[in-house]
Amino acid sequence: MSNPLPPVQPGMRQELLAGVRDTFPLIVGAIPFGILFGALAITNGMSWWAAVGLSTIVFAGSSQFVAAGLVAQGAGVGIIVITTFIVNLRHALYAASLGPYLRTLNQRWLSMLAFMLTDETYAVVIKRFERNDDSANKHWYYLGSALFMYINWQICTLIGIVTGSRLQGMADLGLEFAMVVTFIGIVIPLIRTRPMLICALVASIVALVLHSLPHQLGLLLGSLAGIVAGMIVLQWQRTTQ
Amino acid sequence: MNPVEEILMIVGMMVATYGVRYGFLALSGRAQLPKTIEDALRFVPVAVLSALSVPLIIKPAGSWFISFDNAHLVAGVVAIIVAAYSRHLLLTIVLGMGLFLVLHLNLLEQLL
Repeated sequence: MSNPLPPVQPGMRQELLAGVRDTFPLIVGAIPFGILFGALAITNGMSWWAAVGLSTIVFAGSSQFVAAGLVAQGAGVGIIVITTFIVNLRHALYAASLGPYLRTLNQRWLSMLAFMLTDETYAVVIKRFERNDDSANKHWYYLGSALFMYINWQICTLIGIVTGSRLQGMADLGLEFAMVVTFIGIVIPLIRTRPMLICALVASIVALVLHSLPHQLGLLLGSLAGIVAGMIVLQWQRTTQ
Repeated sequence: MNPVEEILMIVGMMVATYGVRYGFLALSGRAQLPKTIEDALRFVPVAVLSALSVPLIIKPAGSWFISFDNAHLVAGVVAIIVAAYSRHLLLTIVLGMGLFLVLHLNLLEQLL
């Protein structure tokens, strides 16, 4: 009796390298942000080791930017942590969509892959998992993408720190505005439906009006108001259709 | 911020970030998220980033500043238009930041 040939499976190394390769375009976009984060953290009064700590231990670009911005405004640790939690809640969506594909992995793999989950890696990796082949090594693809992002982020942070501490008067240049345009560039393309538009408008208006509240409460209340408003419009759309 | 606060910030942010990433990755292998939660999560990035950015362009120094002299506002509105039409992140950043620096540092006046 002859066994059918086993399907040809991409090996671990092959998957890892493919993950690295497919992440390359996103790395190009991440480089300026990493450098900017390092420079901003320093000019905003964070110590160099805290900037390194955030990049190595937290590894969450947009919340690192937010933290740097809040440090400059003299916000307390509690507010920074709560804001980080809210900003990173979007990772719950990514994790929830990847989880079913990673069911067979052990604890060590899961904790490692979870630690390095970013917007960029999610965008690349979900396409690989959804492709309909039965490679058993897709988690190596994830690892390749995530490691590439991680190493790049560390290097860029260091470059930013060195630049930021050399350039005197960098704070007067208004470089923190780069953070604002970055957020605009991320948010606007996400606004494709009416509920999203209402969410953005309500969040902005409430945050504006409550801007003078202490502890950046305006930011928290504005975000919550935006989410609730978006949900209401979404429900309303569903019931009327 | 003193060193103790900085350490607390790093540890706190690490717990807040990793908790979400690992928690949902491990849980979702076993159970499906409720539809309502999934819907609400979709609004999170838009809500937070809007609430964060808009006050920084309309109230850059803490009070209302709606004027063509407000470089933050002018460059911010241009960045919104560029983002809406191009949907290109890097282009939005380069054009928005470029215009902001020109206005903010009075580059045109210095050259003329």
